[in-house]
Amino acid sequence: MKATTIAIVLSVLVLVSLGAAATPPGKKVNTVAAIVTNTDNADTMRVQGELRFRTNCGRCHAAPHKFPPRMMATIIRHMRVRATITDEDMRLILFYVTQ
Amino acid sequence: MSPVLLLPIGDRWLIESRGEFEGDFRRTGGTGAYAGPVNKHLDYFELDYIANRYLTVTTGRFLTPFGIFNERLYPIWIRSLQPDPLIFPIATGSSDGAMLRGGFPLNAKANMNYAAYVSVTSIGLGGVGSERLAGGRMGFFLPGPRIEAGASWQKLLQDERSNAFGFHFAWQPVRLPLNLRSEYARSFQGSGYWIEGAYRLTQVPFWQKAMRHTEIAARAQQFFIGQISYNDAQQYGLPGVSTREGDLGLNYYLHDGLKAAASYGRQFSSDGNLNLWTVGLAYRFAFPLGRLGTQ
Repeated sequence: MKATTIAIVLSVLVLVSLGAAATPPGKKVNTVAAIVTNTDNADTMRVQGELRFRTNCGRCHAAPHKFPPRMMATIIRHMRVRATITDEDMRLILFYVTQ
Repeated sequence: MSPVLLLPIGDRWLIESRGEFEGDFRRTGGTGAYAGPVNKHLDYFELDYIANRYLTVTTGRFLTPFGIFNERLYPIWIRSLQPDPLIFPIATGSSDGAMLRGGFPLNAKANMNYAAYVSVTSIGLGGVGSERLAGGRMGFFLPGPRIEAGASWQKLLQDERSNAFGFHFAWQPVRLPLNLRSEYARSFQGSGYWIEGAYRLTQVPFWQKAMRHTEIAARAQQFFIGQISYNDAQQYGLPGVSTREGDLGLNYYLHDGLKAAASYGRQFSSDGNLNLWTVGLAYRFAFPLGRLGTQ
């Protein structure tokens, strides 16, 4: 019974996630894509990236070294999983820290 | 020493692992050479698959997502005070199984994050111990005021088959270099809370060159013993009796990745009051194991 409950909870979470994933990206506001296509402005992305860095990463630690972009991409993928950073925040932070 | 290994595969996969090597070196009888055991522990060894922007699937051995300290604040180069909180052993540690997790924006002002997991093995080995359990954590983060709040739940699927739950709250005011964090946890082992503040002295008007590298931290905490014996509590890593503790710390960031830390704490319990002094140096560094390429 309890195992069934757990299975149901997990299944619901999967469905919610997949359902959310199916949402048309056009309906989202303030996404990376929107920022890039609407402004096409690297400065805006950099400012946004710094802001997202301070609000997400800065809650636990200071700005790290400047690492090569590929290394930074791996570190940020790790932090996305560890700190459950949103996909949008991760992309903007990666842009900021690799500039 | 806690080496972390990160191995990305393609755009969506990541293998990550962290071990811990801790030496306890003492001089027997106050003379002679320092000697002692080196304890080894595998914190996590997991395979992550980023399914989409809302879901990451993790399998293997992972840090149990209960509260925020275990996953996010545990590394010594991150934590503001070197001693673990008293309630840290409650429902944390490592799990062996599978986990679903992710974070996504609910709207322009709020993000939600979640983790749901099942640990399927019961291992008694010291370095890779785990229990059969299931649980979840859900949190909300408001990027504007920089407030995060969330709750955790865990069901033990062996022995006592008990429930544990906890709450966490963190606030980083925009106008101040201040970091406030707190957690509450409750299980059959006991209950308790900790509240911690860390203030970076960047706004102090004198000795600015040194002050902007300096951080002061304070933590107040309390633990209430649960339905377990003194010896069982100590085996779990918890105090054997109800305990109160206050800590004050000073951190100096010499440069990125290198931090000097010192703290003083006073512990009060029916077991006897005691002082806790820590002095440390934490160094974090990273280097590539393979070819970096250009992207």
